[in-house]
Amino acid sequence: MSPTDPLAPEPVDAPIEAPLLTARGIRKSFGDVEVLKSIDLTVPRGNVVALIGPSGSGKTTVLRSLNGLEVPEAGTVEFSGGDVVDFAQAPSKRQLASLRDRSAMVFQQFNLFPHRTVLENVIEGPVQVQKRPKAEAIADARALLERVGLGAKADAYPFELSGGQQQRVGIVRALALKPQLLLFDEPTSALDPELVGDVLDVIRELAAEGWTMVLVTHELTFASHVADTIVFMDGGVVVESGPPSEVLQNPREARTKQFLHRLLDR
Amino acid sequence: MTESLWELLLRSLLPIVGGALTGTIPLALLSFALGLVIALGVALMRLSRIRVVSGLARGYISIIRGTPLLVQLFVIFYGLPSIGIIVDPWPSAIIAFSLNVGGYAAEVIRAAILSVPKGQWEAGYTIGMSRGQTLVRVILPQAARVSVPPLSNTFISLVKDTSLASLILVTELFRQAQQIAAFSQEFMALYIEAAVVYWVICLVLSSAQSVLEKRLDRYVAH
Repeated sequence: MSPTDPLAPEPVDAPIEAPLLTARGIRKSFGDVEVLKSIDLTVPRGNVVALIGPSGSGKTTVLRSLNGLEVPEAGTVEFSGGDVVDFAQAPSKRQLASLRDRSAMVFQQFNLFPHRTVLENVIEGPVQVQKRPKAEAIADARALLERVGLGAKADAYPFELSGGQQQRVGIVRALALKPQLLLFDEPTSALDPELVGDVLDVIRELAAEGWTMVLVTHELTFASHVADTIVFMDGGVVVESGPPSEVLQNPREARTKQFLHRLLDR
Repeated sequence: MTESLWELLLRSLLPIVGGALTGTIPLALLSFALGLVIALGVALMRLSRIRVVSGLARGYISIIRGTPLLVQLFVIFYGLPSIGIIVDPWPSAIIAFSLNVGGYAAEVIRAAILSVPKGQWEAGYTIGMSRGQTLVRVILPQAARVSVPPLSNTFISLVKDTSLASLILVTELFRQAQQIAAFSQEFMALYIEAAVVYWVICLVLSSAQSVLEKRLDRYVAH
């Protein structure tokens, strides 16, 4: 993907500006189980933040709170220049919409629309929600599909694609919305091992282009290469966060060490 | 005698098929279309998180399914006049049949909506769609595919149930057969002839169902 691409976000050269996204004090329970115990998360513009941790640690719930798919009991989410969405006072439809207007999500299970072709999946948001001219949306969609190597599949239905191809369509569907923030929920966990690489390559290129992303992943090696910040979660709290060189190479906390050991021992 | 029986059957075919074309089929089509609209509304009410709303839908479905269609028909046509509401045969039949379809199809549509994975709603929301938009553009098209076989059942049942309208004086297939039978005293022959015409209509509907299923299956792995 060339750096002069018109669809790529503006280059980032002002490091002191406000973070793109700030989440504070996110708390969430499912029944009696408190899955998030006051989570803070800051995502600077152009950064990649990777959430890692054992399953059940709450990392996916954090991600889903950022676009209101999960509505926490308390906490705020704020995009720079946008409203502060306070979950303690049941957020309005308009507030949830404002979170979703600025972000787009890539799902573990892809969640492509099975009754629409690849191209129709990609233009659905731009045409139906953003009311962009259809011809323009189609041209953009074709360009994006071309870039992830799926130009020839525009008229295929999702079931005709491999998992890796479906997930690349999922990524293109998110990109087509031109969001400020990309959210990835374990984007390679449902893929056969040999298909993971293609998807990770796409995400790596997006990171290099300067997209702002929050990524829940089990691919630690990948995370260490692509992320600016690693957030290690366990038991509903952020145990440790910082650059990969600290959190992954020289963890301070015992729980982080234990988690990394367990993964490396396999 | 045998000769004249065949002649009678041939001669009565015209009014019987005529009754199907001007009575049975339009009655079934119109009632089914209206019934589906009612059913969609009731299904959405039933899925509502507001207790009163889902309770109303539940009550409606319970009454429709828990009482005979013939009784519903009689309440509207013969019952309502005693409280001063007089409804003609055709409107009575359409009201009764569409309310009936509404109750049965509501459960089919509700189940079909619930059969669409939750991730589809979420995908709709994350590309910025509202609940309504997601329902119409993402969920219902997928629910439609699932509900074709059970709704075809409902429709085929309805076609046969329209024969009940003969009891409230609607001129349709069965009433025509009854009248000719009474006049000619050839009950067996005429009622079997009516049965065959119903059967042919249902055969056509069954093949229409297969065509529709194939069309809607084009985006699903086999």
